[in-house]
Amino acid sequence: MTERVLRPAGSRLEDEIRGIDNLELPLRPHRARLRAIWSGLWPKLAAIGIFLVMWQLVVLAQLRPAYVLPGPIPVLETLGRELVGERLPLATAITLQRAGIGFGLALVIGTLLGLAIVRSRLLRTAVASLITGLQTMPSIAWFPLAILVFGLNEAAIMFVVVLGAAPSIANGLIAGVDHIPRVLLRAGQVLGARGVARYRYVIFPAALPSFVGGLKQGWAFAWRSLMAGELLVVIAGRPSIGSQLQFAREFSNALGLMAMMIVILAIGIIVDLLVFGTLDRAIRRRWGLLES
Amino acid sequence: MTVVSRPLSTQLPAAVPARTVLSIRGVRKTYGPVGNRVLALEGISLDVRRGEFLCLVGASGCGKSTLLNLITELDRPSGGEIVIDGRPSLLFQEAALFPWLTAAGNVQLPMKLAKVPRHRRDQQVERLLDLVHLSDFGDKLPHELSGGMRQRVAVARALAQDADILLMDEPFGSLDAMTRDLLHDELERIWRETGVTVLFVTHDVREAVRLGDRIVVLTSRPGRVADEFVVDLPRPRNIASAEVGALAASVTERLRAEVRRHAND
Repeated sequence: MTERVLRPAGSRLEDEIRGIDNLELPLRPHRARLRAIWSGLWPKLAAIGIFLVMWQLVVLAQLRPAYVLPGPIPVLETLGRELVGERLPLATAITLQRAGIGFGLALVIGTLLGLAIVRSRLLRTAVASLITGLQTMPSIAWFPLAILVFGLNEAAIMFVVVLGAAPSIANGLIAGVDHIPRVLLRAGQVLGARGVARYRYVIFPAALPSFVGGLKQGWAFAWRSLMAGELLVVIAGRPSIGSQLQFAREFSNALGLMAMMIVILAIGIIVDLLVFGTLDRAIRRRWGLLES
Repeated sequence: MTVVSRPLSTQLPAAVPARTVLSIRGVRKTYGPVGNRVLALEGISLDVRRGEFLCLVGASGCGKSTLLNLITELDRPSGGEIVIDGRPSLLFQEAALFPWLTAAGNVQLPMKLAKVPRHRRDQQVERLLDLVHLSDFGDKLPHELSGGMRQRVAVARALAQDADILLMDEPFGSLDAMTRDLLHDELERIWRETGVTVLFVTHDVREAVRLGDRIVVLTSRPGRVADEFVVDLPRPRNIASAEVGALAASVTERLRAEVRRHAND
């Protein structure tokens, strides 16, 4: 019990209150931090190991010649060489910059859209179901139109990235506001939260867990849309992960192609886990929705 | 004096007895569309004196929550008037603390909303947490506290609104008996120390006798004042004592008679 406070004995009631407080607080055994990290890490490492073994087994079965389907070792060697080379770091930087700008735009637009729908019943009836419908539209299907309208340039890519991510972000906010427990809204009202303050101190913090869920999903859509875009919209002098993947296919460079796929997968997972996963866990821990 | 709502009459309220802090006069509340109206409250009249501990008991459907919503202006009466000389705050059955704020943060919020300057807020938070015996738990989050502790934070938060009338809607209904007994003592102490007026709604007749200066029994469907009992027992009372039991028995009998009246609804 870490919270025990020693004081001179007070009144009988005071002691009883203090006693029942201490009794009702759960005793939590202290868990070593390193151990906790390891227990979360080893299953993931094991899964990656099993995947690599299966990949190697498929290659050993020689279903396809090695220059079409290389094994994990040469692919990882290629990846290692590319990572310290010149082209891949530049391509990654450009792609990440696009991802950042595109997701940032989607964040602003999605949040404003979500807020507007939350505030207006008419708007909700008119467009809320359309937004969900928009999510089922594969983002790659937007590209022909985007290229016609904007041309083969950054704007076309941004357009589709925003279109992919903004609905998820808006939906996360809307769902978050819809599912705020009524008693918290009433408590806010009783305590005098009105107008802007009501949004700032009650509605937005209460909707935050679901909003972060929307961000997480929005990121996945943004990343997919961006990769689709970079395969289609190749801009001279602007190497990107997607364009590198496309070149590797055109030159039948299976090693480079698979190395690039690993980069795409890795970035997607790292952002999801490190950025949104960390945010999500921090919020859920604060709310007590997670056993720490 | 503030007139909260006066939808039917436009003349000034009649003279209110000097010590009355909350006056409910012939309040009516209906729900639903014309032709399919549900009558929740029918001509409730009730005067609460300053510093009084008044308990409201009633069977299901007596419109207790409706009445509290009207007093706190969460809802408007369909008729009659409510005159309040003071500032009410409402406590719910669940503590309804904001899960993203610490105990201190929850107590601080109403003052933030009222734009109280920071240093005064901090002082008040410290004083109020001390009042509810939670000085050492200010930085804890609601989920790290027990149910009884959460209710005390809610009491501190309501007082942080500068409330001098606490409306409590079955606040201890979900707590275990031991914690509830202790919170009765604690609430009685806070009531004595602060001089706050308490309007306490409960299903538990013994709880009402343990705490109240006066017990008002409401009818059901629609809610009306059925009867009134003055609890003339010295404080602090023991909820298990024979005197409390005897008075609780007569209040319960009155409630049962009310329930029987609805046998053929």
